[in-house]
Amino acid sequence: MSTTETTASGIGPVEGAALYDVDNPAPVIEAPRQRTKKTPKPTRGNFEMYGWLFMRLSGIVLVVLVIGHLLIQLVLDGGVSKIGFAFVAGRWASPWWQVWDLAMLWLAMLHGANGLRTVINDYAERANTRLWLKGLLYTATVFTILLGTLVIFTFDPNIR
Amino acid sequence: MPAGTLYRGREGMWSWVAHRVTGVLIFFFLFVHVLDTALVRVSPEAYDKVVATYKTPIVAVLEYGLVAAILFHALNGLRVIAVDFWSKGPRYQKQMLWTVVGVWVVLMLGAIYPVLGHAARELFGS
Repeated sequence: MSTTETTASGIGPVEGAALYDVDNPAPVIEAPRQRTKKTPKPTRGNFEMYGWLFMRLSGIVLVVLVIGHLLIQLVLDGGVSKIGFAFVAGRWASPWWQVWDLAMLWLAMLHGANGLRTVINDYAERANTRLWLKGLLYTATVFTILLGTLVIFTFDPNIR
Repeated sequence: MPAGTLYRGREGMWSWVAHRVTGVLIFFFLFVHVLDTALVRVSPEAYDKVVATYKTPIVAVLEYGLVAAILFHALNGLRVIAVDFWSKGPRYQKQMLWTVVGVWVVLMLGAIYPVLGHAARELFGS
């Protein structure tokens, strides 16, 4: 196989005339990996690829959200010593910080849960161990996301 | 190097190990952090009481460790993205790791006073 080139008109080297024309078209040769009706349906979707992509996209957003969060909570304005109920009430009075924290909660929990899923898949060798560890992981993840979302949306500065 | 292992050592493997370890640590902290923040729905006193432990010198050192883990995971994560999406990323992965380490050291030096300052004042007086 020295070349894969074909002459567009299909002129044979010996014949010197076109082998095919409008009335006598060349047979269609399907590409070897062409998917046809007979090709079996893939048994798995693209879940792992979307998971991989999600880690990178959410990662970029989280770099901004989390480093901003650390600056506000631990560095600016007296660092951790200023934090208290009144400080939380002041920040969550603004929809901007509510949305910030909500996005951070969801993205960080899903990013972390998918990371731990990968770690479990890598190190838990027995199928049963994987099943239980991932069951625990998903339960904790759903619980934490729902709890955090509820707290942000139902926060009451006049609770007492 | 034991025979038949996939692990290849050097910058590539150790940055991957550090990325995993920091990622798992951050996830466990995040879980605890959502629980402690949820106390604002219980009462201001309950929340302030738990946050008071975050202000003790020992936990301040843990916070410094948390900042270290998050900054490494963030910077190395950007390096991973560059390796995956930038055509020259794989060729420069080592240089990018040492850049990550350099930026990380500078940021960690900068975080000493803001994160540990109040603990130092509490321990040694102001």
